[in-house]
Amino acid sequence: MDKQRRKFLKIAGATALAGVSAPAVVKLTSSPSFASSGQGAAADSHSTAKDAGGAQHDVGKKSIRYGMVIDMRKVYGKPELMQKAVDACHTVHNVPDFDKPENEIKWIWTMPFENVFPEHSSYHTSKITEDNEFFALCNHCDNPPCVRVCPTKATFKIEENGIVAMDYHRCIGCRFCMMGCPYGARSFNWFNPRDHIKVYNPDFATRTRGVVEKCNFCAERLPLGKEPACVEALKESGALVFGDLNDPDSEVRQLLDENPTIQRKPALGTKPSIFYIV
Amino acid sequence: MIEKALKGKPAYWMWLAILGVFIVIGAVCYLRQYMIGLGLTGMGRDLSWGLYISQFTFLVGVAAGGLMLVLPYYVHNYKAFGRITILGEFLAISAILMCLMFIMADIGQPLRGLNMMLHPTPNSMLFWDMVVLLGYLTLNIICGWVILTAERKQVKPPKWVYFFVYISIPFAVSIHTVTAMLYMGLPGRHFWLTAITAPRFLASAFAAGPALIVLACLIMKRVANFDVGKEAINKIATIIMYATIINGFFVLLEFFVGYYSQIPGHIHSLQYLFFGLEHHGHVYNNLVPFMWTFAIFCVGGLGLLAYGKIKDRLTDGLVAAACAMIFIGLYLDKGLGFVLGGLVVSPLHEIHEYLPTANEIGITLGIWATGFFVLTLLYKIALGVEHEVES
Amino acid sequence: MYNKGTIITGLIIFVVLVTSPIWYNGLKAGPLPKPELPPGGEQQCVRPADEMRDKHMVLLNEWRDDVLREGGRMTITVGGKEYRKGLQMACMECHSNKEKFCDTCHDYTSVKPYCWECHLAPAEAASKKKETL
Repeated sequence: MDKQRRKFLKIAGATALAGVSAPAVVKLTSSPSFASSGQGAAADSHSTAKDAGGAQHDVGKKSIRYGMVIDMRKVYGKPELMQKAVDACHTVHNVPDFDKPENEIKWIWTMPFENVFPEHSSYHTSKITEDNEFFALCNHCDNPPCVRVCPTKATFKIEENGIVAMDYHRCIGCRFCMMGCPYGARSFNWFNPRDHIKVYNPDFATRTRGVVEKCNFCAERLPLGKEPACVEALKESGALVFGDLNDPDSEVRQLLDENPTIQRKPALGTKPSIFYIV
Repeated sequence: MIEKALKGKPAYWMWLAILGVFIVIGAVCYLRQYMIGLGLTGMGRDLSWGLYISQFTFLVGVAAGGLMLVLPYYVHNYKAFGRITILGEFLAISAILMCLMFIMADIGQPLRGLNMMLHPTPNSMLFWDMVVLLGYLTLNIICGWVILTAERKQVKPPKWVYFFVYISIPFAVSIHTVTAMLYMGLPGRHFWLTAITAPRFLASAFAAGPALIVLACLIMKRVANFDVGKEAINKIATIIMYATIINGFFVLLEFFVGYYSQIPGHIHSLQYLFFGLEHHGHVYNNLVPFMWTFAIFCVGGLGLLAYGKIKDRLTDGLVAAACAMIFIGLYLDKGLGFVLGGLVVSPLHEIHEYLPTANEIGITLGIWATGFFVLTLLYKIALGVEHEVES
Repeated sequence: MYNKGTIITGLIIFVVLVTSPIWYNGLKAGPLPKPELPPGGEQQCVRPADEMRDKHMVLLNEWRDDVLREGGRMTITVGGKEYRKGLQMACMECHSNKEKFCDTCHDYTSVKPYCWECHLAPAEAASKKKETL
């Protein structure tokens, strides 16, 4: 190659590189966000929100940690009641209904004891344990392996309230979180979910093909003062109790003080937020 | 130098045409998957990684295998490998391209792939996998191209390229270690949750990569008048033998841990892979024939090479047969056994056997064909330069 | 120049193809889009109309990160009414006809935002409505 052409190519390459990186440089040094100057919006989209979580949160207080106690004694022998909780969740969140189990999407469901608690003994279990199914859902762990493995931070833990959340806009569908979750709590949209939703809840979005989803502890209902849909569906029986695990006076903490509970796969150190009274 | 790939015997074009057919089939299958969804594969909620990721895992190993040619030549001045390090580097390029294609085929939202770079997440091993794979790809392109150009011009390579050559050595180890770390750190997957996964991956990589290179060399000796020399082949055969033995040793250690401790989490996957898993009256054993093929092929390949070395009868045919057996055996071990075996028992302790669909196999074959297409072109260039230099 | 004939012909064909969007419609861009204002008669939006026209996508991105990732789920007040922040919960409450508002400009500029792959436009949501008692 002659010297002139080499020089031209070097300059052209450098210019192209500068041109491609210019938008990135501009973005990094740009002025504060558009929404920050609007009414009612957060002060800065990068600061941690101080008023997160709605009514229950107080600025000076420690962060809350949402958790749930599932009192199985109240639903033994009542599979239709347990199904009511499952249906409530799936209806409110536009969760699609697939026939084939491999395409299934479920945020909360029921399974036999040996599947929900495979690290507890299923040897000579009591009759009531054998005859009933148990709730399974995302444990919203305090030390979540799914968050640790996600390459885009599409799933992340909200520090203010301990909920392990999903950002469907960012998820690239690599399913590494599904590999990381020791509880099988996550589902993937193998097909377009919209064809398999019978009734839409206009208050919530659907998801799109190619992203992972799971229980979100009804993070959209909590700021409105509502309880999670499954908890509300079983309100009369009081089988599901939801509250702040960091508040020693909350109902969940009292239940935990008074009743022996078990958790799923505790030896893995994930520190789940769901407790079962069996 | 690219013009070297544009002239060839009819057999060369026939080979590229056959690969092209598979590439087109793969492209059509991928278009279907892109339009309809990953549900067209055999994967499901309880078995969410399958053929694509298992091929990716194996091919990262093949790419790392080039290290076994670079290390002796550049660090230990083993002159016999002088003409074939380029083959290792070009194999790494095409293997990494295949890996990247398999990842793109596997993710649910490929158009959002850039999110991995826009939102870097150092705690995620998949992020580091992307970093080291792209880094290794770049290193091999730089090193391979510059050194081949220097050889063509009959001058010594510029000093600065050696910096990249020496960096590519730890990078080669890192790509496969990081890939192993994808699996090693998952708390719910007991078949993978062991430190020996990384050494096992490396051992199998350092056998499979060079085995493919030896096969390519022997084919090129037949069709392209390119002889790397007996000494080089013998040395690589030695390396392949040691690596295969070490890999076999590690697999046997896994058996020990599982069957001696009798902990179900450690036994289940091995039981499923080699003997079949019985659960509620049904026996799950669709991978058993493949795993025993792996065992027989690896032992057989080792036996052939040992015989050839001891009796000093290391003919081309013997070496080719042994390397083919070892390559296929290790492919079955890592490309099928490791990933699928680890997933057969779900975290909810249900058993799900995996059967890829036709569409999925089509895409897989298409990507393999693309890799071999690129490999053929690159090797044609390398050979073209060799022949030009010789004359 | 070597191969002058081939190169010049090739260049001409290339330029013609590359500029085809400009001359294909007779150098006209078609009628300007006329998005219909909210059928409920609301006059005030989150920000003034010209700002929204330029930057509504930026606002939506910032809302998305704020609501989902920063926990900023408080409501905003527009024209005296409270809305939850979000495309479906705020914007579509007033601009309830996606085809006559959002799509008119998007189709004209050939922009295909995939927001509605997940977020339900009111017409879409109504298509599978729960039968109320």
